[in-house]
Amino acid sequence: MIRFSHVYKSYPNGALALKDISFKVGKGEFVFLTGHSGAGKSTIMKLLFAEQKPTAGEVRVSGHDVNSLRVDEVPKLRRRLGIVFQDFRLLEDRTAAENIAFALEVIGARRDTIAARVTRVLTQVGLLAKARAHPRELSGGEQQRIAIARALVNDPAILVADEPTGNLDERATRGVFQLLRDINTGGTVVVMATHDLDLVRQTSYRTIELRDGSVVYDSAVDETEETEVS
Amino acid sequence: MRLLTREALLSFRRAPLLSALSITTIAFSLFTIGLFGLVAINLRQALRGIEERVEIVAFVLRGTPAETITLATQDIAAFPEVQDVTFVTEQQALDRAAAELVEFRDAYRDLKANPLPASIEVRMREGFRSAASVGAVAERIRGFAFVDDVRYGRDWVQRLDQLRNVTGLVGLVIGLAFAGVAVVIIGVTIRLTILQRAREISIMRLVGATNWFIRGPFLLEGALKGLLGGFLSLALCYAGYILFRDTTGGPFAGLIFFRPEHMVVIIVFGVLLGLAGSLVSVGRHLRNV
Repeated sequence: MIRFSHVYKSYPNGALALKDISFKVGKGEFVFLTGHSGAGKSTIMKLLFAEQKPTAGEVRVSGHDVNSLRVDEVPKLRRRLGIVFQDFRLLEDRTAAENIAFALEVIGARRDTIAARVTRVLTQVGLLAKARAHPRELSGGEQQRIAIARALVNDPAILVADEPTGNLDERATRGVFQLLRDINTGGTVVVMATHDLDLVRQTSYRTIELRDGSVVYDSAVDETEETEVS
Repeated sequence: MRLLTREALLSFRRAPLLSALSITTIAFSLFTIGLFGLVAINLRQALRGIEERVEIVAFVLRGTPAETITLATQDIAAFPEVQDVTFVTEQQALDRAAAELVEFRDAYRDLKANPLPASIEVRMREGFRSAASVGAVAERIRGFAFVDDVRYGRDWVQRLDQLRNVTGLVGLVIGLAFAGVAVVIIGVTIRLTILQRAREISIMRLVGATNWFIRGPFLLEGALKGLLGGFLSLALCYAGYILFRDTTGGPFAGLIFFRPEHMVVIIVFGVLLGLAGSLVSVGRHLRNV
Protein backbone atom coordinates (compact mmCIF):
# COMPACT_ATOMS: atom_id res chain seq x y z
CA MET A 1 0.00 0.00 0.00
CA ILE A 2 2.85 2.36 0.86
CA ARG A 3 6.46 2.13 -0.28
CA PHE A 4 9.32 4.52 0.47
CA SER A 5 12.56 3.67 -1.40
CA HIS A 6 15.70 5.60 -0.50
CA VAL A 7 13.76 8.81 -0.01
CA TYR A 8 15.54 12.10 0.61
CA LYS A 9 13.85 15.40 1.25
CA SER A 10 15.66 18.70 1.47
CA TYR A 11 14.18 22.18 1.67
CA PRO A 12 15.21 25.24 -0.34
CA ASN A 13 17.14 26.58 2.67
CA GLY A 14 19.37 23.48 2.46
CA ALA A 15 17.96 21.70 5.53
CA LEU A 16 17.81 17.91 5.04
CA ALA A 17 14.51 16.69 6.51
CA LEU A 18 14.74 13.04 5.43
CA LYS A 19 17.81 10.91 4.72
CA ASP A 20 17.59 7.61 2.85
CA ILE A 21 14.21 6.50 4.19
CA SER A 22 13.00 3.07 3.05
CA PHE A 23 10.03 1.10 4.36
CA LYS A 24 6.91 -0.68 3.13
CA VAL A 25 3.47 -0.84 4.66
CA GLY A 26 1.25 -3.72 3.58
CA LYS A 27 -2.50 -4.26 3.58
CA GLY A 28 -4.25 -4.09 6.96
CA GLU A 29 -1.21 -2.79 8.88
CA PHE A 30 -1.23 -0.30 11.76
CA VAL A 31 2.04 1.60 11.90
CA PHE A 32 3.28 4.12 14.44
CA LEU A 33 5.76 6.77 13.32
CA THR A 34 7.58 8.02 16.40
CA GLY A 35 10.39 10.43 17.13
CA HIS A 36 11.03 13.86 18.60
CA SER A 37 9.78 17.09 17.06
CA GLY A 38 11.73 17.73 13.87
CA ALA A 39 12.66 14.07 13.44
CA GLY A 40 10.81 13.96 10.10
CA LYS A 41 7.40 12.49 11.01
CA SER A 42 5.41 15.34 9.51
CA THR A 43 7.53 15.37 6.36
CA ILE A 44 6.74 11.69 5.81
CA MET A 45 3.05 12.50 6.35
CA LYS A 46 3.21 15.31 3.79
CA LEU A 47 4.86 12.99 1.26
CA LEU A 48 2.11 10.43 1.89
CA PHE A 49 -0.66 12.80 0.85
CA ALA A 50 1.45 14.49 -1.84
CA GLU A 51 1.58 17.86 -0.13
CA GLN A 52 5.29 17.66 -0.94
CA LYS A 53 7.42 15.65 -3.33
CA PRO A 54 10.64 13.83 -2.45
CA THR A 55 13.94 15.40 -3.50
CA ALA A 56 15.27 11.94 -4.36
CA GLY A 57 14.02 8.37 -4.10
CA GLU A 58 10.57 6.95 -4.74
CA VAL A 59 7.30 7.28 -2.80
CA ARG A 60 4.36 5.09 -3.85
CA VAL A 61 1.01 5.37 -2.12
CA SER A 62 -2.00 3.26 -3.01
CA GLY A 63 -0.73 2.70 -6.54
CA HIS A 64 0.24 6.34 -7.17
CA ASP A 65 3.82 7.44 -7.75
CA VAL A 66 4.03 10.66 -5.73
CA ASN A 67 7.14 11.85 -7.63
CA SER A 68 5.45 11.97 -10.99
CA LEU A 69 1.98 13.00 -9.80
CA ARG A 70 0.61 15.95 -11.80
CA VAL A 71 -1.25 18.75 -9.98
CA ASP A 72 -4.59 17.52 -11.33
CA GLU A 73 -3.86 13.96 -10.17
CA VAL A 74 -3.24 14.89 -6.52
CA PRO A 75 -7.00 15.00 -5.69
CA LYS A 76 -7.34 11.42 -7.02
CA LEU A 77 -4.72 10.19 -4.55
CA ARG A 78 -6.27 12.14 -1.67
CA ARG A 79 -9.67 10.59 -2.30
CA ARG A 80 -8.07 7.23 -1.51
CA LEU A 81 -6.78 8.57 1.82
CA GLY A 82 -8.28 9.81 5.06
CA ILE A 83 -6.24 12.53 6.74
CA VAL A 84 -6.47 13.53 10.40
CA PHE A 85 -4.54 16.29 12.16
CA GLN A 86 -3.76 17.29 15.72
CA ASP A 87 -5.82 20.51 15.38
CA PHE A 88 -8.94 18.72 13.99
CA ARG A 89 -9.41 21.26 11.16
CA LEU A 90 -13.17 21.48 11.45
CA LEU A 91 -15.22 24.38 10.08
CA GLU A 92 -16.54 26.28 13.09
CA ASP A 93 -19.67 27.61 11.41
CA ARG A 94 -20.94 24.17 10.39
CA THR A 95 -22.42 21.37 12.43
CA ALA A 96 -20.66 18.03 12.89
CA ALA A 97 -22.82 16.45 10.18
CA GLU A 98 -22.26 19.39 7.81
CA ASN A 99 -18.50 19.16 8.32
CA ILE A 100 -18.59 15.52 7.25
CA ALA A 101 -21.03 16.12 4.39
CA PHE A 102 -18.77 18.92 3.14
CA ALA A 103 -16.00 16.39 2.44
CA LEU A 104 -18.39 14.46 0.21
CA GLU A 105 -19.92 17.48 -1.48
CA VAL A 106 -16.60 18.95 -2.60
CA ILE A 107 -15.61 15.76 -4.38
CA GLY A 108 -18.93 15.67 -6.18
CA ALA A 109 -20.54 12.73 -4.34
CA ARG A 110 -24.16 11.99 -5.30
CA ARG A 111 -26.45 14.13 -3.17
CA ASP A 112 -28.92 11.35 -2.41
CA THR A 113 -26.19 9.22 -0.85
CA ILE A 114 -24.64 11.87 1.40
CA ALA A 115 -27.06 11.76 4.35
CA ALA A 116 -26.82 7.97 4.69
CA ARG A 117 -23.03 7.99 4.49
CA VAL A 118 -22.76 10.75 7.10
CA THR A 119 -25.08 8.86 9.45
CA ARG A 120 -23.03 5.68 8.99
CA VAL A 121 -19.70 7.29 9.97
CA LEU A 122 -21.25 9.30 12.82
CA THR A 123 -22.55 6.00 14.18
CA GLN A 124 -19.14 4.42 13.67
CA VAL A 125 -17.41 7.11 15.78
CA GLY A 126 -20.23 7.03 18.36
CA LEU A 127 -21.41 10.60 17.89
CA LEU A 128 -24.70 10.31 16.04
CA ALA A 129 -26.38 12.16 18.90
CA LYS A 130 -24.08 15.15 18.32
CA ALA A 131 -24.76 15.43 14.59
CA ARG A 132 -26.23 18.90 14.93
CA ALA A 133 -23.66 20.25 17.36
CA HIS A 134 -21.15 22.86 16.25
CA PRO A 135 -17.44 22.16 16.97
CA ARG A 136 -17.39 24.71 19.84
CA GLU A 137 -20.09 22.68 21.59
CA LEU A 138 -17.96 19.53 21.48
CA SER A 139 -15.04 18.41 23.63
CA GLY A 140 -11.58 17.98 22.09
CA GLY A 141 -12.01 14.21 21.92
CA GLU A 142 -15.39 14.58 20.24
CA GLN A 143 -14.03 17.07 17.72
CA GLN A 144 -11.27 14.65 16.81
CA ARG A 145 -13.83 11.86 16.39
CA ILE A 146 -15.76 14.09 13.98
CA ALA A 147 -12.51 14.77 12.10
CA ILE A 148 -11.92 10.99 11.93
CA ALA A 149 -15.49 10.46 10.74
CA ARG A 150 -14.84 13.00 7.97
CA ALA A 151 -11.66 11.13 7.03
CA LEU A 152 -13.58 7.84 6.93
CA VAL A 153 -16.65 8.95 5.02
CA ASN A 154 -14.96 8.42 1.67
CA ASP A 155 -14.00 4.82 2.56
CA PRO A 156 -10.25 5.40 2.37
CA ALA A 157 -7.76 2.60 1.87
CA ILE A 158 -5.28 4.37 4.15
CA LEU A 159 -5.88 6.62 7.16
CA VAL A 160 -3.04 9.06 7.81
CA ALA A 161 -3.15 10.57 11.30
CA ASP A 162 -0.60 13.22 12.26
CA GLU A 163 -0.46 13.45 16.09
CA PRO A 164 -4.23 12.84 16.38
CA THR A 165 -4.08 12.70 20.20
CA GLY A 166 -1.61 15.56 20.64
CA ASN A 167 -4.26 17.98 21.90
CA LEU A 168 -6.28 15.54 23.97
CA ASP A 169 -6.36 14.53 27.63
CA GLU A 170 -5.66 10.95 28.64
CA ARG A 171 -9.25 9.75 28.57
CA ALA A 172 -9.98 11.29 25.18
CA THR A 173 -6.67 9.91 23.88
CA ARG A 174 -7.70 6.39 24.85
CA GLY A 175 -11.06 6.79 23.13
CA VAL A 176 -9.63 8.17 19.90
CA PHE A 177 -6.89 5.53 19.84
CA GLN A 178 -9.42 2.76 20.33
CA LEU A 179 -11.42 4.19 17.44
CA LEU A 180 -8.33 4.10 15.20
CA ARG A 181 -7.73 0.47 16.22
CA ASP A 182 -11.32 -0.42 15.36
CA ILE A 183 -10.93 1.23 11.99
CA ASN A 184 -7.77 -0.79 11.39
CA THR A 185 -9.60 -3.96 12.38
CA GLY A 186 -12.03 -3.19 9.58
CA GLY A 187 -9.13 -3.47 7.10
CA THR A 188 -8.04 0.15 6.69
CA VAL A 189 -4.28 0.78 6.85
CA VAL A 190 -3.52 3.29 9.62
CA VAL A 191 -0.31 5.33 9.74
CA MET A 192 -0.18 7.33 12.95
CA ALA A 193 2.55 9.81 13.81
CA THR A 194 2.89 10.33 17.55
CA HIS A 195 5.43 11.13 20.23
CA ASP A 196 3.23 9.56 22.94
CA LEU A 197 5.38 6.53 23.78
CA ASP A 198 2.93 5.29 26.43
CA LEU A 199 0.41 4.82 23.69
CA VAL A 200 2.93 3.00 21.50
CA ARG A 201 3.93 0.61 24.30
CA GLN A 202 0.31 -0.37 24.99
CA THR A 203 0.15 -2.38 21.76
CA SER A 204 2.32 -4.58 19.63
CA TYR A 205 1.74 -2.56 16.47
CA ARG A 206 4.66 -1.93 14.17
CA THR A 207 6.73 1.10 15.16
CA ILE A 208 9.07 3.09 12.95
CA GLU A 209 11.26 5.47 14.95
CA LEU A 210 12.84 8.47 13.30
CA ARG A 211 15.77 10.57 14.48
CA ASP A 212 17.20 13.53 12.56
CA GLY A 213 15.48 12.45 9.37
CA SER A 214 16.62 8.82 9.41
CA VAL A 215 14.89 5.58 10.44
CA VAL A 216 16.69 4.37 13.57
CA TYR A 217 14.28 1.57 14.42
CA ASP A 218 11.62 -0.36 12.55
CA SER A 219 10.05 -3.08 14.69
CA ALA A 220 9.04 -5.09 11.61
CA VAL A 221 12.62 -5.28 10.34
CA ASP A 222 14.52 -5.35 13.63
CA GLU A 223 12.35 -7.99 15.31
CA THR A 224 12.64 -10.25 12.29
CA GLU A 225 16.41 -9.88 12.45
CA GLU A 226 16.40 -10.58 16.21
CA THR A 227 14.33 -13.70 15.64
CA GLU A 228 16.67 -14.84 12.90
CA VAL A 229 19.74 -14.28 15.15
CA SER A 230 18.25 -16.20 18.07
CA MET B 1 -23.99 23.76 -9.13
CA ARG B 2 -26.10 24.04 -6.00
CA LEU B 3 -23.00 23.71 -3.84
CA LEU B 4 -21.18 26.27 -5.98
CA THR B 5 -23.94 28.84 -5.54
CA ARG B 6 -24.33 28.05 -1.84
CA GLU B 7 -20.62 28.46 -1.13
CA ALA B 8 -20.44 31.66 -3.18
CA LEU B 9 -23.44 33.17 -1.39
CA LEU B 10 -22.14 32.00 1.97
CA SER B 11 -19.37 34.58 1.90
CA PHE B 12 -21.95 37.36 1.45
CA ARG B 13 -23.77 36.10 4.53
CA ARG B 14 -20.65 35.44 6.57
CA ALA B 15 -18.90 38.68 5.82
CA PRO B 16 -21.60 41.16 4.83
CA LEU B 17 -19.43 44.18 5.60
CA LEU B 18 -16.52 42.94 3.51
CA SER B 19 -18.88 42.02 0.67
CA ALA B 20 -20.55 45.43 0.82
CA LEU B 21 -17.11 47.04 0.77
CA SER B 22 -16.11 45.02 -2.31
CA ILE B 23 -19.31 45.85 -4.16
CA THR B 24 -19.06 49.53 -3.25
CA THR B 25 -15.45 49.69 -4.40
CA ILE B 26 -16.30 48.06 -7.69
CA ALA B 27 -19.30 50.38 -8.04
CA PHE B 28 -17.22 53.49 -7.38
CA SER B 29 -14.47 52.40 -9.76
CA LEU B 30 -17.05 51.74 -12.48
CA PHE B 31 -18.89 54.93 -11.51
CA THR B 32 -15.74 56.95 -12.18
CA ILE B 33 -15.23 55.21 -15.50
CA GLY B 34 -18.94 55.66 -16.20
CA LEU B 35 -18.87 59.39 -15.46
CA PHE B 36 -15.98 59.80 -17.81
CA GLY B 37 -17.86 57.74 -20.38
CA LEU B 38 -20.86 60.06 -19.99
CA VAL B 39 -18.68 63.12 -20.53
CA ALA B 40 -17.12 61.41 -23.54
CA ILE B 41 -20.39 60.43 -25.22
CA ASN B 42 -21.88 63.88 -24.61
CA LEU B 43 -18.74 65.55 -25.93
CA ARG B 44 -18.84 63.30 -28.97
CA GLN B 45 -22.51 64.15 -29.44
CA ALA B 46 -21.72 67.88 -29.23
CA LEU B 47 -18.78 67.52 -31.61
CA ARG B 48 -20.97 65.66 -34.07
CA GLY B 49 -23.38 68.61 -34.00
CA ILE B 50 -20.55 71.02 -34.67
CA GLU B 51 -19.00 68.80 -37.31
CA GLU B 52 -22.25 68.61 -39.20
CA ARG B 53 -21.86 72.32 -39.79
CA VAL B 54 -18.41 71.92 -41.32
CA GLU B 55 -18.83 73.02 -44.92
CA ILE B 56 -16.80 74.22 -47.86
CA VAL B 57 -17.90 77.37 -49.69
CA ALA B 58 -16.59 77.88 -53.24
CA PHE B 59 -17.21 81.39 -54.62
CA VAL B 60 -18.05 81.41 -58.31
CA LEU B 61 -16.67 83.96 -60.79
CA ARG B 62 -19.25 86.34 -62.18
CA GLY B 63 -20.61 85.46 -65.59
CA THR B 64 -20.04 81.70 -65.29
CA PRO B 65 -22.68 79.94 -67.44
CA ALA B 66 -25.39 78.16 -65.45
CA GLU B 67 -24.84 74.84 -67.23
CA THR B 68 -21.11 74.84 -66.30
CA ILE B 69 -22.07 75.29 -62.67
CA THR B 70 -24.73 72.56 -62.86
CA LEU B 71 -22.23 70.10 -64.31
CA ALA B 72 -19.61 71.01 -61.70
CA THR B 73 -22.20 70.65 -58.93
CA GLN B 74 -23.02 67.14 -60.15
CA ASP B 75 -19.29 66.35 -60.30
CA ILE B 76 -18.71 67.52 -56.73
CA ALA B 77 -21.80 65.69 -55.45
CA ALA B 78 -20.26 62.46 -56.79
CA PHE B 79 -17.16 62.83 -54.55
CA PRO B 80 -17.25 60.02 -51.96
CA GLU B 81 -16.55 62.48 -49.11
CA VAL B 82 -19.43 64.79 -50.02
CA GLN B 83 -22.85 64.55 -48.42
CA ASP B 84 -24.64 67.25 -50.41
CA VAL B 85 -24.01 70.25 -52.63
CA THR B 86 -26.09 73.40 -52.85
CA PHE B 87 -25.75 76.14 -55.42
CA VAL B 88 -26.51 79.60 -54.03
CA THR B 89 -27.20 82.22 -56.69
CA GLU B 90 -26.14 85.86 -56.29
CA GLN B 91 -29.74 86.83 -55.53
CA GLN B 92 -30.16 84.05 -52.96
CA ALA B 93 -26.92 85.20 -51.30
CA LEU B 94 -28.27 88.73 -51.06
CA ASP B 95 -31.63 87.59 -49.69
CA ARG B 96 -29.90 85.43 -47.09
CA ALA B 97 -27.62 88.28 -46.05
CA ALA B 98 -30.58 90.61 -45.75
CA ALA B 99 -32.45 88.12 -43.62
CA GLU B 100 -29.51 87.23 -41.35
CA LEU B 101 -27.96 90.69 -41.00
CA VAL B 102 -31.04 92.68 -40.06
CA GLU B 103 -29.09 95.85 -39.16
CA PHE B 104 -27.81 96.20 -42.75
CA ARG B 105 -31.18 95.48 -44.36
CA ASP B 106 -31.64 99.08 -45.50
CA ALA B 107 -28.15 99.25 -46.93
CA TYR B 108 -28.77 96.10 -49.00
CA ARG B 109 -32.05 97.52 -50.27
CA ASP B 110 -30.34 100.66 -51.59
CA LEU B 111 -27.71 98.74 -53.54
CA LYS B 112 -27.66 99.35 -57.27
CA ALA B 113 -25.77 96.18 -58.06
CA ASN B 114 -25.50 92.97 -56.02
CA PRO B 115 -21.93 92.80 -54.61
CA LEU B 116 -22.29 89.21 -53.38
CA PRO B 117 -20.95 86.39 -55.55
CA ALA B 118 -22.79 83.16 -56.26
CA SER B 119 -21.36 80.16 -54.40
CA ILE B 120 -21.36 76.39 -54.17
CA GLU B 121 -21.82 75.09 -50.61
CA VAL B 122 -20.53 71.60 -49.91
CA ARG B 123 -21.39 69.59 -46.79
CA MET B 124 -19.14 66.67 -45.88
CA ARG B 125 -20.21 63.12 -45.08
CA GLU B 126 -19.75 61.83 -41.52
CA GLY B 127 -16.26 60.38 -41.13
CA PHE B 128 -14.82 62.81 -43.71
CA ARG B 129 -14.99 65.91 -41.56
CA SER B 130 -11.36 65.88 -40.46
CA ALA B 131 -9.03 68.72 -41.46
CA ALA B 132 -7.25 66.46 -43.95
CA SER B 133 -10.41 65.33 -45.78
CA VAL B 134 -11.95 68.79 -45.86
CA GLY B 135 -8.64 70.27 -47.08
CA ALA B 136 -8.34 67.68 -49.86
CA VAL B 137 -11.88 68.26 -51.15
CA ALA B 138 -11.38 72.04 -50.97
CA GLU B 139 -8.25 71.75 -53.11
CA ARG B 140 -10.09 69.65 -55.70
CA ILE B 141 -12.87 72.25 -55.90
CA ARG B 142 -10.30 75.01 -56.22
CA GLY B 143 -9.21 73.24 -59.41
CA PHE B 144 -12.39 74.25 -61.27
CA ALA B 145 -11.62 77.21 -63.58
CA PHE B 146 -14.73 79.18 -62.59
CA VAL B 147 -13.98 79.04 -58.86
CA ASP B 148 -12.73 82.36 -57.54
CA ASP B 149 -11.96 81.35 -53.96
CA VAL B 150 -12.58 78.49 -51.53
CA ARG B 151 -13.20 78.96 -47.81
CA TYR B 152 -13.63 76.29 -45.20
CA GLY B 153 -12.23 77.66 -41.93
CA ARG B 154 -9.04 75.65 -41.98
CA ASP B 155 -8.01 76.61 -38.43
CA TRP B 156 -11.42 75.86 -37.06
CA VAL B 157 -11.51 72.40 -38.59
CA GLN B 158 -8.00 71.67 -37.35
CA ARG B 159 -8.83 72.81 -33.82
CA LEU B 160 -11.92 70.58 -33.79
CA ASP B 161 -9.73 67.70 -34.86
CA GLN B 162 -7.26 68.32 -32.06
CA LEU B 163 -10.04 68.62 -29.48
CA ARG B 164 -11.48 65.30 -30.57
CA ASN B 165 -8.09 63.58 -30.43
CA VAL B 166 -7.23 65.00 -27.02
CA THR B 167 -10.63 64.01 -25.58
CA GLY B 168 -10.25 60.49 -26.91
CA LEU B 169 -6.73 60.14 -25.54
CA VAL B 170 -7.50 61.60 -22.10
CA GLY B 171 -10.58 59.38 -21.90
CA LEU B 172 -8.57 56.30 -22.76
CA VAL B 173 -5.76 57.06 -20.29
CA ILE B 174 -8.03 57.95 -17.37
CA GLY B 175 -10.37 55.05 -18.15
CA LEU B 176 -7.51 52.54 -18.21
CA ALA B 177 -6.01 53.98 -15.01
CA PHE B 178 -9.31 53.59 -13.19
CA ALA B 179 -9.83 50.11 -14.58
CA GLY B 180 -6.36 49.18 -13.27
CA VAL B 181 -7.19 50.58 -9.84
CA ALA B 182 -10.49 48.69 -9.86
CA VAL B 183 -8.79 45.35 -10.64
CA VAL B 184 -6.30 45.90 -7.78
CA ILE B 185 -9.05 46.80 -5.31
CA ILE B 186 -11.21 43.85 -6.32
CA GLY B 187 -8.17 41.57 -6.08
CA VAL B 188 -7.48 42.80 -2.56
CA THR B 189 -11.07 42.40 -1.36
CA ILE B 190 -11.31 38.88 -2.82
CA ARG B 191 -7.94 38.11 -1.22
CA LEU B 192 -9.39 39.13 2.15
CA THR B 193 -12.29 36.75 1.58
CA ILE B 194 -9.87 33.99 0.63
CA LEU B 195 -7.75 34.53 3.74
CA GLN B 196 -10.93 34.41 5.77
CA ARG B 197 -11.73 31.07 4.15
CA ALA B 198 -8.18 29.69 4.08
CA ARG B 199 -9.15 26.91 6.50
CA GLU B 200 -12.02 25.83 4.28
CA ILE B 201 -9.77 25.80 1.22
CA SER B 202 -7.14 23.71 3.02
CA ILE B 203 -9.81 21.18 4.04
CA MET B 204 -11.17 21.05 0.50
CA ARG B 205 -7.69 20.27 -0.76
CA LEU B 206 -7.10 17.60 1.85
CA VAL B 207 -10.28 15.71 1.07
CA GLY B 208 -9.45 15.71 -2.64
CA ALA B 209 -11.40 18.61 -4.17
CA THR B 210 -9.94 19.66 -7.52
CA ASN B 211 -8.46 23.14 -7.92
CA TRP B 212 -11.24 24.12 -10.32
CA PHE B 213 -13.82 23.03 -7.78
CA ILE B 214 -12.12 25.21 -5.17
CA ARG B 215 -11.90 28.17 -7.56
CA GLY B 216 -15.55 27.90 -8.62
CA PRO B 217 -17.26 29.58 -5.64
CA PHE B 218 -14.68 32.37 -5.55
CA LEU B 219 -15.04 33.06 -9.25
CA LEU B 220 -18.81 33.11 -8.92
CA GLU B 221 -18.48 35.38 -5.89
CA GLY B 222 -16.23 37.77 -7.85
CA ALA B 223 -18.57 37.76 -10.83
CA LEU B 224 -21.60 38.42 -8.59
CA LYS B 225 -19.82 41.28 -6.87
CA GLY B 226 -18.88 42.69 -10.27
CA LEU B 227 -22.48 42.35 -11.44
CA LEU B 228 -23.91 44.10 -8.37
CA GLY B 229 -21.15 46.72 -8.54
CA GLY B 230 -22.00 47.29 -12.20
CA PHE B 231 -25.70 47.86 -11.47
CA LEU B 232 -24.87 50.12 -8.54
CA SER B 233 -22.46 52.17 -10.65
CA LEU B 234 -25.14 52.63 -13.32
CA ALA B 235 -27.59 53.79 -10.66
CA LEU B 236 -24.98 56.25 -9.37
CA CYS B 237 -24.22 57.46 -12.90
CA TYR B 238 -27.92 57.97 -13.58
CA ALA B 239 -28.40 59.88 -10.34
CA GLY B 240 -25.37 62.04 -11.13
CA TYR B 241 -26.62 62.61 -14.68
CA ILE B 242 -30.12 63.65 -13.61
CA LEU B 243 -28.76 65.89 -10.85
CA PHE B 244 -26.32 67.64 -13.20
CA ARG B 245 -28.80 67.99 -16.05
CA ASP B 246 -31.61 69.34 -13.88
CA THR B 247 -29.59 71.71 -11.74
CA THR B 248 -27.53 73.26 -14.56
CA GLY B 249 -30.17 73.30 -17.33
CA GLY B 250 -29.50 75.72 -20.19
CA PRO B 251 -27.07 74.28 -22.70
CA PHE B 252 -26.86 71.07 -20.63
CA ALA B 253 -30.59 70.31 -20.88
CA GLY B 254 -29.93 68.18 -23.96
CA LEU B 255 -27.35 65.90 -22.29
CA ILE B 256 -27.76 62.25 -23.17
CA PHE B 257 -27.42 59.11 -20.98
CA PHE B 258 -25.94 55.72 -21.91
CA ARG B 259 -27.74 53.68 -24.52
CA PRO B 260 -28.75 50.12 -23.43
CA GLU B 261 -25.72 48.63 -25.18
CA HIS B 262 -23.42 50.98 -23.23
CA MET B 263 -25.04 49.83 -19.97
CA VAL B 264 -24.55 46.18 -20.92
CA VAL B 265 -20.88 46.93 -21.63
CA ILE B 266 -20.43 48.56 -18.19
CA ILE B 267 -22.08 45.62 -16.42
CA VAL B 268 -20.11 43.05 -18.41
CA PHE B 269 -16.97 45.04 -17.65
CA GLY B 270 -17.86 44.89 -13.93
CA VAL B 271 -18.32 41.11 -14.12
CA LEU B 272 -15.01 40.75 -15.95
CA LEU B 273 -13.25 42.91 -13.35
CA GLY B 274 -14.72 40.76 -10.57
CA LEU B 275 -13.67 37.56 -12.32
CA ALA B 276 -10.17 38.89 -13.02
CA GLY B 277 -9.70 39.92 -9.38
CA SER B 278 -10.87 36.51 -8.11
CA LEU B 279 -8.84 34.53 -10.59
CA VAL B 280 -5.63 36.34 -9.69
CA SER B 281 -6.22 36.06 -5.94
CA VAL B 282 -7.33 32.41 -5.90
CA GLY B 283 -4.56 31.43 -8.31
CA ARG B 284 -1.94 33.02 -6.09
CA HIS B 285 -3.40 31.42 -2.96
CA LEU B 286 -3.57 27.93 -4.48
CA ARG B 287 0.04 28.21 -5.61
CA ASN B 288 1.18 29.23 -2.13
CA VAL B 289 -0.53 26.54 -0.04
